[in-house]
Amino acid sequence: MSQSPETDALDTTIVNPVVGIDQTAGNFSYDVDYEFDAGTGLSERTIDYISSVKKEAPWIREFRMNALKTFQSKPMPTHWATKDLENINFDKIRYYLSQGQKPKRTWDEVPDDIKNTFERLGIPEQERKFLAGVEAQFDSEAAYSNIKDIVSKQGVIFANSTEALREHPEIFKKFFGKVIPTGDNKFSALNSAVFSGGSFIYVPKGVKVSQPLQAYFRINAENFGQFERTLIIADEGAELTYMEGCTAPKFSTSTLHSAVVELVALKGAKIQYITVQNWANNVFNLVTKRGVAHEEAEIKWIDCNIGSRLTMKYPGVVLKGRKARGEVLSIALANDGQHQDTGAKMIHAADETTSNIIAKSISVGQGRSTYRGVVHIPKHLKGCKNNTECDALLINTNSRTDTYPAITVRGDRNATQHEASVSKVSAEQIFYMQQRGLTEAQAMSLSVNGFINDLARQFPMEYSVELKRLIDLEMEGSVG
Amino acid sequence: MSQLEIKNLHVAIGEKEIVKGFSLTIRQGEVHAIMGPNGTGKSTLSKAIAGHPDYTITSGEVLLDGQSILSLEPDARARAGLFLAFQYPSEVPGVSIANFLRAAVQARMAEGEELDATAYYKRLYSKMDLLKIDRKFTSRAINDGFSGGEKKRCEILQMAMLEPKFALMDETDSGLDIDALRIVADGVNAMRGTNLGMLLITHYQRLLDYIVPDYVHVMWDGRIVKSGDKSLALELEAKGYDWVKTELAAANA
Repeated sequence: MSQSPETDALDTTIVNPVVGIDQTAGNFSYDVDYEFDAGTGLSERTIDYISSVKKEAPWIREFRMNALKTFQSKPMPTHWATKDLENINFDKIRYYLSQGQKPKRTWDEVPDDIKNTFERLGIPEQERKFLAGVEAQFDSEAAYSNIKDIVSKQGVIFANSTEALREHPEIFKKFFGKVIPTGDNKFSALNSAVFSGGSFIYVPKGVKVSQPLQAYFRINAENFGQFERTLIIADEGAELTYMEGCTAPKFSTSTLHSAVVELVALKGAKIQYITVQNWANNVFNLVTKRGVAHEEAEIKWIDCNIGSRLTMKYPGVVLKGRKARGEVLSIALANDGQHQDTGAKMIHAADETTSNIIAKSISVGQGRSTYRGVVHIPKHLKGCKNNTECDALLINTNSRTDTYPAITVRGDRNATQHEASVSKVSAEQIFYMQQRGLTEAQAMSLSVNGFINDLARQFPMEYSVELKRLIDLEMEGSVG
Repeated sequence: MSQLEIKNLHVAIGEKEIVKGFSLTIRQGEVHAIMGPNGTGKSTLSKAIAGHPDYTITSGEVLLDGQSILSLEPDARARAGLFLAFQYPSEVPGVSIANFLRAAVQARMAEGEELDATAYYKRLYSKMDLLKIDRKFTSRAINDGFSGGEKKRCEILQMAMLEPKFALMDETDSGLDIDALRIVADGVNAMRGTNLGMLLITHYQRLLDYIVPDYVHVMWDGRIVKSGDKSLALELEAKGYDWVKTELAAANA
């Protein structure tokens, strides 16, 4: 590393008190009066309700109804995934809660309870500091959405899915549901039936958005399901960084978060999609994320999964055009009572496409991490390359980690390399650090940060700092 | 002036008693050497004092300025002024020396107090100059891929930065060639002074050619059996440990 220690972003806050977006800071909720409430349980009536309050076009209602049928007909994927999925009771979930379908453009207009929520999470402050635009979703709908003038003047569209369907139906319809079809899996079907909120972004040809756009997803209500739908299109030569953050309070009952995110990078475009999520440990987080990269385009997923009861998420890139490039950098931290089932998919569908997967998982106590990956390079292609690295770190002997890398590379004109490692934070290592004055939690935190350091360096500074804080906090809670 | 009192200490690993009634008082500014053959409990003693969880103190006391430290966690003992230079320091992959030390320095500050990064690096670099350590060294991950000599220099650098009241140096000379030994000894000597009490644990006399102790103790079967000044080390070198054994047998007869 040639970086001088002074500019080392990740390490500058090593033992600073934890501030910012963390689980404690996120563990609160307000008693909000929801003007719009689809009630409990899922049926055609739920969809009618959602579709009518959103004043949707008939084709969307039909799309939703078909999706509901698909959802109901698909079995739970428990033949390969955890049986814990069976504990989701779809009849006890509330599918739509909002105070209106039109987000406010200034924070002053946002109702106090909701504004206070985002103030406490530090969103307006981040917006002022380094973001090109922010969308803040509170349960089912965006409460606030704003994009800086300088960005909107370049023709960039940044809206939530409800608004975008009304105002930009032609672009929306062209790309919507194409990257991830309704029937991709049971939860993409569920999302397709009841989706609400999420971001819609269109970046016109050649426009490079220099600051990131951010969405923040907040669950406030108990027994609630959040189903945002995000669609991002970067037109030819366009560039965009999108970041999402999520939190929810700790309820005694389980909460469902099931998003679908579709990315389209047209010729030569670049999309970087960053997630740092910190769900409370009652949340089932079952998310489908995929992008299509056209010729010479690049899609990069940076995915940090902390918290939740169960996360199942495998961001993917379909490398559709020649020389397209896909990347997934993933960090998962499974603490006691948590299961991080994460990974990546790279589908090579054109010559000279390259993909890179680096996945690091940390299992603490009874926490469980699973890596699942798919890399597919068919025989007829040439000059394709994949690199896959999976590293697992175990803290305490009860932790469990599994790796299921499915790499299918056919033909002799393609190359792949795969490395995997499992390491342990030993009692000796912790004692060594404690002997220098660090508490056990600080020592663990430092080990974990060391483990992910080379990966976290590639993240934008604000996010690696935040990630560091979240890890400190998780470690703090993991020692008695 | 601070003092570290070890009183009739008994230490066991599992069921097996290793240290059997060890007593010694070290005052700041003094350098004590403990010599003894392998398996006599020297390393066990130092790890037990530092609070290693595998070592059980079955009886006895360790007092720092009159206060028992035995109920304290290892990190609290460290912050109270105790430093252990490990015989086999652990690797911490991905954590640079600079950042590790920074965390350790920060851990010694009052809650809410912010570390002054500029002052920290200034101090770090001056200690490195003192120990003749290249600046690039601190960007390397702690002990990761280090040679034996580098590991020991890393320990000494940490000791210099953390400024303990008492340092327990466990077989600091092991695995070092003569050049590395000299560099490490120069570093230790540079830190010698009225603020640091040292306990040098060593198997061989040769370390004591470079770090001259005020007191030399011979440890045998878990306790001190003979004490003297530096001439005792030379005598031991000349006569071998069997000499102690014979003397001990004669005394017990």
